[in-house]
Amino acid sequence: MNSVIKGTSYVLVHTPDLVMQSGTTQTTERIVNPDSEYLKELPGHLRSYEQAVGYLPNQTYIGNMTPEQLGAVPQPWYEAPAQGGREGRFGEIMPEDEFYLLMQACDVFDLMFLEKGFVEAVKPKLERHPLVTQELLGRIRAGVEQAEIGHFVNEEHAEPIVCEGRTVGYIKRAHDVDVNLSAHVMLENIVSKATSVLSLLHLVKNAGVEKESIEYVIDCCEEACGDMNQRGGGNFAKAAAEIAGLSGASGCDVRGFCAGPAHAMITAASLVKAGTYKSVAVTAGGCTAKLGMNGKDHVRKGMPILEDMLGGFSVLITANDGVSPEIDTNVCGRHTVGTGASPQAVITSLVLDPLQKAGLKIPDVDRYAVEMQNPDITKPAGAGDVPLANYKMIGALAVKNGDLDRKDLADFVSGHGMCGWAPTQGHIPSGVPYLGFCCDDILAGRIRRAMIVGKGSLFLGRMTNLFDGVSFLVHENSAAGAESGISEEQVRRLIAQALREFAGTLSGEKAGEEA
Amino acid sequence: MDLENQKRVKEAAEQYGPENVVVILGAAEGEASGLAAETVTAGDPTFAGPLTGVQLGLSVYHICEEEIKAEVDPDVYDEQVSMMEMVLDVDDIASEMSEIRSQYCKY
Repeated sequence: MNSVIKGTSYVLVHTPDLVMQSGTTQTTERIVNPDSEYLKELPGHLRSYEQAVGYLPNQTYIGNMTPEQLGAVPQPWYEAPAQGGREGRFGEIMPEDEFYLLMQACDVFDLMFLEKGFVEAVKPKLERHPLVTQELLGRIRAGVEQAEIGHFVNEEHAEPIVCEGRTVGYIKRAHDVDVNLSAHVMLENIVSKATSVLSLLHLVKNAGVEKESIEYVIDCCEEACGDMNQRGGGNFAKAAAEIAGLSGASGCDVRGFCAGPAHAMITAASLVKAGTYKSVAVTAGGCTAKLGMNGKDHVRKGMPILEDMLGGFSVLITANDGVSPEIDTNVCGRHTVGTGASPQAVITSLVLDPLQKAGLKIPDVDRYAVEMQNPDITKPAGAGDVPLANYKMIGALAVKNGDLDRKDLADFVSGHGMCGWAPTQGHIPSGVPYLGFCCDDILAGRIRRAMIVGKGSLFLGRMTNLFDGVSFLVHENSAAGAESGISEEQVRRLIAQALREFAGTLSGEKAGEEA
Repeated sequence: MDLENQKRVKEAAEQYGPENVVVILGAAEGEASGLAAETVTAGDPTFAGPLTGVQLGLSVYHICEEEIKAEVDPDVYDEQVSMMEMVLDVDDIASEMSEIRSQYCKY
């Protein structure tokens, strides 16, 4: 029996100061060209929290706007009137000051300290947060004097924590010699952990489950935690689960660059389907290194720095409840070692091959979720509209395979695709941002099937030049043999499905198309 | 162009001689193809990589240009490139590439 998607959550954190302090485009520039015009101009292009909240792709990410509604707004979206607020159906957009306190609450090794006055000013804000528990608040330390911060930043290799241009804290190195535990790495990892924690808190609420019911957590971000003897030892998953209060969970990290989330989803769905665990959360936090990644192009073109958001997401996969959309592990695409790296070979292996095995054609899938990068960010940087390029490729492959008329290619792209809305945080845009909307669309009967495609650039690790990717199919619940027994709603669905199949045979549809 | 790729192109030109090296691009649109072509001929226009100020003047083509397509086994081309040929604006890419070649190519 297939496992189901029980709930999803999506969070963003607006971090303009981390753009300056930790984004690799900026840190590299500070080393190779410290007096550059770019570094001088950049602060003038940073957005306020209110601007970031009202930015339409961010509102889409947290679920206040559908991809279809966003797609109807003319680009560039940064020029569109702002709308929406901090809270969304899927999560929230947290401001930087509150996030620093959450980070400190996630630090279990006494590495991060904030200034006393800053803690006093910001803690009341976090106390009003509906998902931040007393236990979490109790982890926030009273704070230190400014002089101590200065000492650690100037003399002890600590990373400054900056808010609105003012140094309000520090993260010290966790080892005197080991670069894997340097202050820079610790900051990166605590950020990833804290965004994952925030996302997990929203997931528990959105899925309507007890925290203790989650048996396993899989983290799929792109960071690595460990020391010089095991650089990527892990385990972000368990570390975040501990702070989020998932006391019944174990977990591990799954990595695959930007394809990590899709690998993790297939792993989780398989673990649940096999009966190993009943409830598995897939989660990932955000990445400081990618903040302001395309900042030079954005500044040169007079745009705001749009890569000022950390992203996080979580998905809860459980045993079949007879209602929620199913993950069909019989329809999984794999880019194998022998596949090759040409786009045609990649799309064939990830899309066409698994569908053909299941007796389906490319147009039979109602919606494809590919790399959903926000084109507002990528187009000015010369990377084009990434989702659009992917949809054109999938459509072209359908044409080549004789499943689509060439003149219908444009309709295929608009009918089976979506605009991109996710921040360019590597693993965050990779297929999974659609899962929340996907569940809505399937439960409302707007679509029946969606394919999630994750792709990864393994060459970045300099271990192989192979490309990578996996895909999986999500479809409506087949409501067969659910553990909770057959309800009236399930009977209605079964009858509707049988009627659809019967109607399909009348109109000459091939038998066996039902996934 | 990726800094690591710039380094590899520079090393290939040094090892085999620039007259013996042809760079074949697979970029998805004209502007990106033009930038990459400029990098391996006139030098890195972003002033970021090892080819900054290095005018290699290499022969450079896009995989979808007729000159290269004619050199490839049609079956292999159909299997590996024909889908992208349908998606890309090949005319725009070809005109961008020939403009760069006419300006900076030495071979």
